[in-house]
Amino acid sequence: MPSDKFLEVIDLRKVFSVSGGFRNKSADVVAVDDISFSIRKGETWGLIGESGSGKTTTGRMILGLEHVTSGHIVVDGHETTNLTGERMRKMRQKVQVVFQDSGSAFNPRLPVGPQVGAPLRRFKLCDAKEATRRVLELLEKVGLDESHYDRYIHEFSGGQRQRLGIARALTTDPEFLVLDEPTAALDVSVQAQVLNLLKDIQEERDLTMLLITHHLALVEHMCASAGVLYNGRFAEQGPVDQLLHNPQSEVTKKLLDAVLEPKAA
Amino acid sequence: MLEIKHLSVDFHTDGGVVHAVKDVSTTVGEGEIRGLVGESGSGKSVTSMTILGLLGTRRAKVSSGEILLNGTNLLKMSQKELVKIRGRQIGLVSQNALSALDPSFTIGSQMIEVIRLHQKLSKSDAYEEAVRSLERVGMPDPPQKLRAYQHQLSGGQRQRVVIAMALAARPKLLLADEPTTALDATVQKQILDLLLEINRDLGTAILMVTHDFGVVSHMCDSVTVMRKGRVVEQGSADQVLKAPEHPYTQSLISSVPKLHLDDTARTVPRAERRLHVFQEA
Repeated sequence: MPSDKFLEVIDLRKVFSVSGGFRNKSADVVAVDDISFSIRKGETWGLIGESGSGKTTTGRMILGLEHVTSGHIVVDGHETTNLTGERMRKMRQKVQVVFQDSGSAFNPRLPVGPQVGAPLRRFKLCDAKEATRRVLELLEKVGLDESHYDRYIHEFSGGQRQRLGIARALTTDPEFLVLDEPTAALDVSVQAQVLNLLKDIQEERDLTMLLITHHLALVEHMCASAGVLYNGRFAEQGPVDQLLHNPQSEVTKKLLDAVLEPKAA
Repeated sequence: MLEIKHLSVDFHTDGGVVHAVKDVSTTVGEGEIRGLVGESGSGKSVTSMTILGLLGTRRAKVSSGEILLNGTNLLKMSQKELVKIRGRQIGLVSQNALSALDPSFTIGSQMIEVIRLHQKLSKSDAYEEAVRSLERVGMPDPPQKLRAYQHQLSGGQRQRVVIAMALAARPKLLLADEPTTALDATVQKQILDLLLEINRDLGTAILMVTHDFGVVSHMCDSVTVMRKGRVVEQGSADQVLKAPEHPYTQSLISSVPKLHLDDTARTVPRAERRLHVFQEA
């Protein structure tokens, strides 16, 4: 396998069986239908699709949050499909996630600082004192400070919550980040800050990222390559300069057509 | 037609008085589409809710100003008089169509109720009117949709129902408060185009509350930009978009990632592109 592919997804498939409907009939829903793509080290890849296209399910399978029906996920040369136990935990040190609503991923009854540091204790990466030091360093990195360590999640604004989500994702020094609509709930001025932060961090750490979004301008800004999912299959994938500016599929054209944007001044 | 003059709204909270809207003045003319743009907390929704007298709580108080609809001050009206304005002269399309519809009644019974509220029609005539109004908002198979409940419709279809209901009494003005934020981009475009069509065919003026300058450039004639309760800039949409005068407006426009970059921006390698961040003066 060529070593420059950091993540490789091969014929990935997810079938949900839905049971207990009318007369307890069961039906199969194919959410992700044999998709393949790969991401080079240090690159951001855009996974585009409207609601129900299967983009989030794909992200969850890569994170090991969803069982893979068939196909393979290879991270940095190691197969990570349907891992369990200790091997799964090892993988999660390398592969982390930032959700749309990071606030809901924090326990409201505990201060945020120790939660950002939880992975360090979980993976026994360092002692308690060192953990606190590292968390403070991370808070500073994402534009927060020491005084935020002992606060609770409800005391933070949407943008700050997203920064905390990013800080926690970075705690284990991951090599790969899955970003699932990381700025969809933010005001545009805050979105700009968060996107700049992600780019800075990527540059500094040579992070590989998968950006899941329906927002094409975000992909243009962040990603070198991308794919457009439609009903669980790729309508089209390739370099962004090609994909978003000379689209071949009807799905991509339709999505591009729906983008509203002030004309360039 | 609609004239807001020096409007200020305060919220009396336990932690003190919050000035949500400060000295806001703007207008919406006959058949005009005005965008009311701002980020969260800018006061744009409070302004639009005040027009309909829907602030409601004891804690919210209009401390000064007037809202004139064809010369009559809405703020001086009793709730009883306002009921006649709502729906009849000013329609509302809210962000969350799901909460605007009652889950335990069919779409049909809700629409017929609204239609009969505004027009003296028999039930069967009101039903015919409901079918026609769903057709007007581009709903496929209206009779079947009238028998359905809201959970059986998609997000875009729900928003079409809400628009059809808002138009039931043929109001001259429509308040649209972020009507498409919860929708997919392709559906958003369809709904906005529907509103444009309504504006063109029925002459309905629209006050479009949004945070998105893309929406403004797509459909607005004029725009009012708000920040922290104040108007920072207003004018024709073309002029504000092309040459924004206030630094905040400039930054709102430039801080958004663009799909179509100009040639100079494109020469910067993607990894080095950063977005503009507004710095408080």
